[in-house]
Amino acid sequence: MIEVLIRGAVCTVCGCCCDDLNVEVTDGRVERVENACSLALSKFKHYSSERILKPLMRVGNGFKETSYKEAIQESARLLVNSNYPVLWGWCLTSCEAVELGLELAELVGGVIDNNSSVCHGPGLIGVQDIGISGCSLGEVKNRADLILYWGSNPVNAHPRHMARYTALAKGRFVASRRERKLIVVDVRRTETAKLADEFYQIEPNSDYELLTALRCAVNGEEIELSTVSGLPVERVEELADALISCRFGVLFYGLGLTMTYGKSRNLDAALSLVRDLNRKTKFLIMPMRGHFNVTGSNEVFTWVTGYPFGVDLSKGYPEYNPGITTISDVLRRGECDAALIVASDPIAHLPSTLAETLKKIPLITIDPHRTPTTEASQIVIPSAIIGLESTGTVYRMDGVPLECKRILDPPPGVKTDVEIMSDLLSRVKELLT
Amino acid sequence: MDLNSFKLVTGRTLIQGAGKERGKFSEDYLKEVSTCELDPEDMKLLSLVEGESIVVKTEFGEAKLIAKASTRAPHKGVIFIPYGPVASLLTSPHTDGSGMPSLKGIEAEILKG
Ligand code: SF4
Repeated sequence: MIEVLIRGAVCTVCGCCCDDLNVEVTDGRVERVENACSLALSKFKHYSSERILKPLMRVGNGFKETSYKEAIQESARLLVNSNYPVLWGWCLTSCEAVELGLELAELVGGVIDNNSSVCHGPGLIGVQDIGISGCSLGEVKNRADLILYWGSNPVNAHPRHMARYTALAKGRFVASRRERKLIVVDVRRTETAKLADEFYQIEPNSDYELLTALRCAVNGEEIELSTVSGLPVERVEELADALISCRFGVLFYGLGLTMTYGKSRNLDAALSLVRDLNRKTKFLIMPMRGHFNVTGSNEVFTWVTGYPFGVDLSKGYPEYNPGITTISDVLRRGECDAALIVASDPIAHLPSTLAETLKKIPLITIDPHRTPTTEASQIVIPSAIIGLESTGTVYRMDGVPLECKRILDPPPGVKTDVEIMSDLLSRVKELLT
Repeated sequence: MDLNSFKLVTGRTLIQGAGKERGKFSEDYLKEVSTCELDPEDMKLLSLVEGESIVVKTEFGEAKLIAKASTRAPHKGVIFIPYGPVASLLTSPHTDGSGMPSLKGIEAEILKG
């Protein structure tokens, strides 16, 4: 029996990227994981179920197994022959793989976009409009005495966020739950709201209204309404008072702000509210990024092209125009004629009217597991799971880069995303010369 | 009561999150993403019982789901479906110039399955 204990492994599930997992491996199997939440435990327990072990090529309604070399050659041929491919995903893989994806996009043209266009993209647009007062999660843990979750339910989506960094964390200067005020704004009384000191339940699609009213209250202006977003105006004033009277507050926003009516305008308002609050006290704001490396994909996109997502390279230089160069819009207009999906499942998660377009074009998917997207693909290339079977850099939601560890060997013959992207890139270069 | 006046919110749940790690075709995942949480008061008004089959309809499509009493009530007029292939049948492809389709706050109606 060979036992290995890997300490300080990075969890590759949610944007918290907890880097304190201790993983016990016996005979090439994960035996025990310390510090994991239920989402992480599920990943460690089930990583090998619904696994794809061999490259697949579509034949009629089914697949035939093919060689890795043939899968790469055919994928390269499809991409080179397309006029306007879309390259999408990039948030469940390493920054190193994203970098290669961007190089590939430059060669084949078309649009390269990442999952943030359907999660926190509106927040990134907001940051471009207004700017952001940000910080690291370490600062929050050690100093924040007011935590505000808005349209975010970390108990379900980021299970260790509160214990590691916010309300329940033992910080250096703020050491206990009693010293921190927890406020939740949401449309339902979520599990997070149930733990809050104050819960403000608002009507769906009314976040912009409340944020604007709060800005009025914080800036000493009168709100000439009796209710705002379904709340009596006194409650709005009470919330504004709470925000002003903390020493160090942080607003964590979730998809409740980005996916709902107003979208990037909601974030303009939230970022402006935080800016206004800084005239009275210290206040910061941070997105609750969902997937473990969606932040990293934004970082790498920005280093290489200047833009965080939705980049069109079809003219030979980067163009960024959310609402035009973003996957949902490209698919809605039915413009793309091939797609490369890396570590993502758009067919399950995009509105089905958009997913239908993907089903009609040559689709190449690189993924460790079977998903509705692999099932609809023309070519499927299986990959190693980052943070489990391969190393790589990922960015935590606060922009802190972390190095993932390799805990197990990938299944025989299964390559890492970096190896696959390098081989695909080399083949595309050969075809183009 | 006007049956055509719900607001659909989609989102993450613990079971959906753990289920997707188990597998996109696993029973746990598929069961969770096929449920629709309603305010218990709304269920009474619609004469719906826990586990009953319903059809949720939006401008963009319709989907068959299993009604479930919400543990996050009260949220009258708001229904919730976990992210996944069933919710995607109902969400809006319009991005309003932001790139982001609308996955929360969508007008929906409920028909008895
Ligand atoms: S909170 Fe997120 S990163 Fe941390 S262990 Fe759970 S799933 Fe992993």
